[in-house]
Amino acid sequence: MTLMKTLMGAAATLALSAGASLAEPALIFDLGGKFDKSFNEAAFGGAERWAAETGNSFREIELQSEAQREQALRRFAEAGANPIVMAGFAFGDALGQVAGDYPDTRFVIIDMVVDAPNVRSVVFNEHEGSYLVGMMAAEASKSNTVGFIGGMDIPLIRKFACGYAQGVMAANPDAKVIANMTGTTPAAWNDPVKGSELTKAQISQGADVVYAAAGGTGVGVLQTAADEGILSIGVDSNQNHLHPGKVLTSMMKRVDNAVFDAFTDGVDMETGFSVMGLANGGVGYALDDNNAPLVSAEMQAMVDAAAAKIATGEIKVHDYMSDDSCPSLSF
Amino acid sequence: MEKMPKWADVVLIPLISLLLAAALSALVILAIGEDPVAAVKLMVDGALGSSYGWGYTLYYATNFMFTGLAVAVAAHAGLFNIGGEGQAMLGGLGVAVVCLFIPWPHWSLALIFAALGAGLFGAAWAAIPAYLQAKRGSHIVITTIMFNFIAAAVLNYVLVNVLRPEGSMDPATARFPEAVHLPSLHELLAPLGIAFSKSAPANVSLVVAVAACIFVWLLIWRTPLGFEIRAFGKSEAGARYAGISPIKITMIAMLISGALAGMMATNNVMGEAERLVLNSTEGAGFIGIAVALMGRNHPFGVFLAAILFGFLYQGGAELALWTKIPRELIVVIQALVILFTGALDNMVRMPLERIFLALRKETR
Repeated sequence: MTLMKTLMGAAATLALSAGASLAEPALIFDLGGKFDKSFNEAAFGGAERWAAETGNSFREIELQSEAQREQALRRFAEAGANPIVMAGFAFGDALGQVAGDYPDTRFVIIDMVVDAPNVRSVVFNEHEGSYLVGMMAAEASKSNTVGFIGGMDIPLIRKFACGYAQGVMAANPDAKVIANMTGTTPAAWNDPVKGSELTKAQISQGADVVYAAAGGTGVGVLQTAADEGILSIGVDSNQNHLHPGKVLTSMMKRVDNAVFDAFTDGVDMETGFSVMGLANGGVGYALDDNNAPLVSAEMQAMVDAAAAKIATGEIKVHDYMSDDSCPSLSF
Repeated sequence: MEKMPKWADVVLIPLISLLLAAALSALVILAIGEDPVAAVKLMVDGALGSSYGWGYTLYYATNFMFTGLAVAVAAHAGLFNIGGEGQAMLGGLGVAVVCLFIPWPHWSLALIFAALGAGLFGAAWAAIPAYLQAKRGSHIVITTIMFNFIAAAVLNYVLVNVLRPEGSMDPATARFPEAVHLPSLHELLAPLGIAFSKSAPANVSLVVAVAACIFVWLLIWRTPLGFEIRAFGKSEAGARYAGISPIKITMIAMLISGALAGMMATNNVMGEAERLVLNSTEGAGFIGIAVALMGRNHPFGVFLAAILFGFLYQGGAELALWTKIPRELIVVIQALVILFTGALDNMVRMPLERIFLALRKETR
């Protein structure tokens, strides 16, 4: 009898602790892991900021396997977590299967479009931010040759490269852009050694500014650029602090804002297609104490003018993903 | 004369190993400031407490049954097949080819041919190391593990360049057509009036896995070929003297082993994802080694060990969902169980043998 009571009590406590998650928001990280210094970490930063400002808590999970994508979505939805935010295009397929089964739950997917009434699809105008850092690269380059190192060769990364090349050309029509991709599989997101080798290869071709849009691989690019005495450009998070005085700037993709906004809007959020660009602070370039000496007033004025023109639509930056082609760069 | 009774070998040793692993895991959880009792409850409840939990546990277990059997069959021939991972990857390719390019009228037909395709691809991948071992003496451990890397590269190439749909960012095939959707346990049990969770991925390939267990038992202990495999595994020189061809047995045992590993793809590729993704095997080929070790290379032991590892995987996922225990520590807990049940077997066995020996002397 007493044993039974203990068992029942334990079960009840457990049920309570599982049920206490009601209406908490949840964040699902992709296989790259929470602390990748880039994309997932930016998402985590946004959630932490929301938690610090509101004093509320949120659920999170770092996935271990592909089978857990759908599982995590369903479990959080069944436990009442709302909204559920997932970081990464790889969730597209799973969310497409799950969203219809939980019409009252709001889902937010970043970098991918899923067409369902209860899903907010957040995409970024990475080409606009890349255009700005491309202008800065062309201004800072003395050899008139700049480099681009992408992670996995997917349309999304070509979008970065294409915007970058357009920015370079806008600032200096005589400049040359060397573009390389690290690989064709997800392993390319986390291969700093290959990133380092590509950087050396681009330096030998004359590049003196290198832009890395490659997740964890970029750490190797920035390191080698700093070691070899050339400038580099970081991506997603502000990476200027990694090598102070050696990183020209970082193309900020405010994944943290996307997560923060989703958590703040909560269960009443507007769903549908959400574009974060220059106009609404979704992308931009980073300027802080670490790179202030590298950015001349002239350079800054030029970039800010271009940013204003892009925001008003006066300058149109071509989006690679709109027609799978790029006028300023061939792959 | 046996040093200890059979039940101690089969039941007591794994049980003590498990308890030791659990105790160490509890210390690990304590060290990071979480409550080990609550963690265990969460794991048990999440993995076995509902049909949803069972659905996931059995899904993982199905994978491990196939790869565990693959390792076990090779082990009976004295061959250590570490290539289950690569063979299962290629099996996935076989399933994808069968499902994508042939219009199937019904899932049952598709399942039979997908299993054949998966087995064929898996066996073909095992055939090259087997041939090198049989004819050239290249050690099977080295060649199979190298073939895992080659398999990953082949799959990369095929998914990125051949099977990826136009405009997709994911290196994965298109979704398989609706007709080859395998019924989940929910759909199978509903007509019988048994309610089973709709969202769990366990599916009809569990039945295939159980059938494979029975097939392996019949093969190894009830056929002349099984006798030859075991004889060859126990003593190559003895088998050769008895007229058993080492080349033939090495090839056949590895082909069966590769086919079993490949057939795992009917579960994870056809049953769960319904498309082929890059990392579909997720280490199940390596877990198969631990499963076979723990199951003492016996199909029934493999069956039980596979369910235990399924429990660990699903329980681990529940821990990740509802606690702040980081995923790396969940891997540590899973690894401790593998370490104790697989690698540190003798640590428990030797003292136990001494105890049983002492007891026997006393009773005499």
